[in-house]
Amino acid sequence: MAGKDLTPPATQGVARPLENPIQWFHAASSVVSGKWQCRSMDMASVIFYLLATLLVISSLLVVFLRNVVHCAMALVTALLIVAVLFVTLHAPMVGILQVMVYAGAIMVLFLFVIMFLNPVELERRRGVWWGFGTILAVMLACVLTPMFIIDESPANPLAATESFGSPEMLAKSLFNEFVLPFEIASVLLLVAIIGAVVLAKREH
Amino acid sequence: MVALHHYLILSAVIFAIGVIGVLIRRNLIVVLMSIELMLNAVNLTFIAFSRYLGSADGQVSVFFVMAVAAAEAVIGLAIIISVFRHRQSLDPQEMQLLKW
Amino acid sequence: MIVDLAIITVKAALVLFMVLNLAGILGWIERKGSALIQDRIGANRASIFGFAGLGLVNTLIADPLKFLTKEDFIPPAGDKFLHMLAPCMALFPALVTFAVIPFGDVLHLGDRVINLQVAHLNVGILYVFAMGSLGVYGIVIGAWASNNKFSLLGGVRGSAQMISYEIAMGLSVIGVLMIYGTLELQEIVRGQATLIGALLPSWLSFMHPLIGWLPAWGIFLQPLAFLLFFTAAVAETKRIPFDLPEGESELVAGYHVEYSGGKFLMFFAGEFAEIVTVAGLVTTLFFGGWQIPYLLRDGFHFPWGGQWLLPQIAVVFLQVGAFTVKVFFFCWLQILLRWTVPRFRYDQVMRLGWKMLLPLALMNIVVTALWIVAWQ
Repeated sequence: MAGKDLTPPATQGVARPLENPIQWFHAASSVVSGKWQCRSMDMASVIFYLLATLLVISSLLVVFLRNVVHCAMALVTALLIVAVLFVTLHAPMVGILQVMVYAGAIMVLFLFVIMFLNPVELERRRGVWWGFGTILAVMLACVLTPMFIIDESPANPLAATESFGSPEMLAKSLFNEFVLPFEIASVLLLVAIIGAVVLAKREH
Repeated sequence: MVALHHYLILSAVIFAIGVIGVLIRRNLIVVLMSIELMLNAVNLTFIAFSRYLGSADGQVSVFFVMAVAAAEAVIGLAIIISVFRHRQSLDPQEMQLLKW
Repeated sequence: MIVDLAIITVKAALVLFMVLNLAGILGWIERKGSALIQDRIGANRASIFGFAGLGLVNTLIADPLKFLTKEDFIPPAGDKFLHMLAPCMALFPALVTFAVIPFGDVLHLGDRVINLQVAHLNVGILYVFAMGSLGVYGIVIGAWASNNKFSLLGGVRGSAQMISYEIAMGLSVIGVLMIYGTLELQEIVRGQATLIGALLPSWLSFMHPLIGWLPAWGIFLQPLAFLLFFTAAVAETKRIPFDLPEGESELVAGYHVEYSGGKFLMFFAGEFAEIVTVAGLVTTLFFGGWQIPYLLRDGFHFPWGGQWLLPQIAVVFLQVGAFTVKVFFFCWLQILLRWTVPRFRYDQVMRLGWKMLLPLALMNIVVTALWIVAWQ
């Protein structure tokens, strides 16, 4: 009963121009880079750097703001930007799941708990310790970064087919090779639900 | 075209920022949020590799990481609520000593 | 390439224009409709130099002007930034969801085939649920930023209700997705063009004269899912009978009690835009979207053999017109529902969502799966 074979044959061969956001992104990218005649800085790079900057700024806001609710909203922003990055990386299904699960459910849960516990006073900014922690983290970043500048990485990503990252591809993997982890994940979520209810109950 | 290592460096930076959050903040909820930030950095690495190697396994791994992160956030928040009921505080410093 | 981007911009502008205007007109229909039901006249005082324009002047011009010229009050002890952010977060998902709802089949311009849908995503309906999840933030943040106990109570109730009914909404649609075999909304609508007679298996062919001439719309194939989805969607948009979060007589307007002027207008417009979105979704999934029964791309093909061929522009107009009429009908139905049914109590709302809709939706999935296996 699949609806797929009902497309009249007349339109099957005609190219449908630009229907989903991944195609818009690459079309805009090629239009602008064509006009600007600039090879190193095309639209895809510009969008990536823009998103990366916004992501780093929101993450810094998560860590350095003093009001907890503001930190939570900054984290929601960071999660939404990561979802957009997923879509540009040809993973629309995972991107939509990121919005639905992470930004739409987990962060709402965080906000519920924050409102429930109702922290009123702002955290004191401890200059020495915050500086020390920041230096440690910067050292970590400096250690990790050279490891990632791999010269043999493929500069041209493998040509992705139309269905790469689509729900069908993800479903095929999930129900064929990864069916056991899938079932275990459902048991894990059940255990988490029961655990949360038991832990958060008021004792009488 | 954006090369792979751009995404990996971005992930490393976000991971490091998450580490800052865990180390320096005195509010348990913000610590948990920084852990979520670290998990997202790892997800970004998975998806970038999945795209550049053309394999679906990266995206399936992200699916499972998200499920585990949801379970972990739920349990973490339940623990925070129950600890708050006893200590009336969200500061990790106040929870260093066992009850006497 | 430029032309393609221009076409997308035109489609997006058209859809946004239609949703916002419909949201405005619905405000007027709500006031006049409620007046008709309650046997009174309703709002009839606004006019420009005596020209009242059937009451449309009142709603489309006077009401927004009234809201926009009111004093914009931010509670002094509340959170200023979040207070300004909350109405935007409530309005944005309501408008953006309409991007995946198809309002027509294809339009041939020269040698271009334009799909009459703003974004043809391969994740289709999941985008709608993702935007529904984001809609909770407007309530939560609006309640928190107001620094008001009534507001907080309304906000917590409202968000708990929204996340409960998201689950029922998602599960009730799975039966429809199984039958049409796809997540994309345009393909679901196209799949509703076949007649049930073509889908009947051989051992049910005696029912051909009874139901074989019906088009395979979602309402005929999944009636329980329609009821569950409609109920869950009305609860999700916090319309009466589920509007305890903004209960006018109990909670003093709940989570938007501290909002006045333009911000309240944004909450208000967001709620009406959500009515339009729910109507659009219900027509797309269950009532054939832009399909008119027996109308194919080149004209009418009746099951008794007759034909009536039409030019392509006429077919497109008919399809878009059919979609609009169906959306109007469901908007009107939700308004009628508001002024007819009394409000649920909060524990009744939660019980309905978790103990009645959720098991029924799961049962619907199992029965649909067995039915699909039996029909093959």
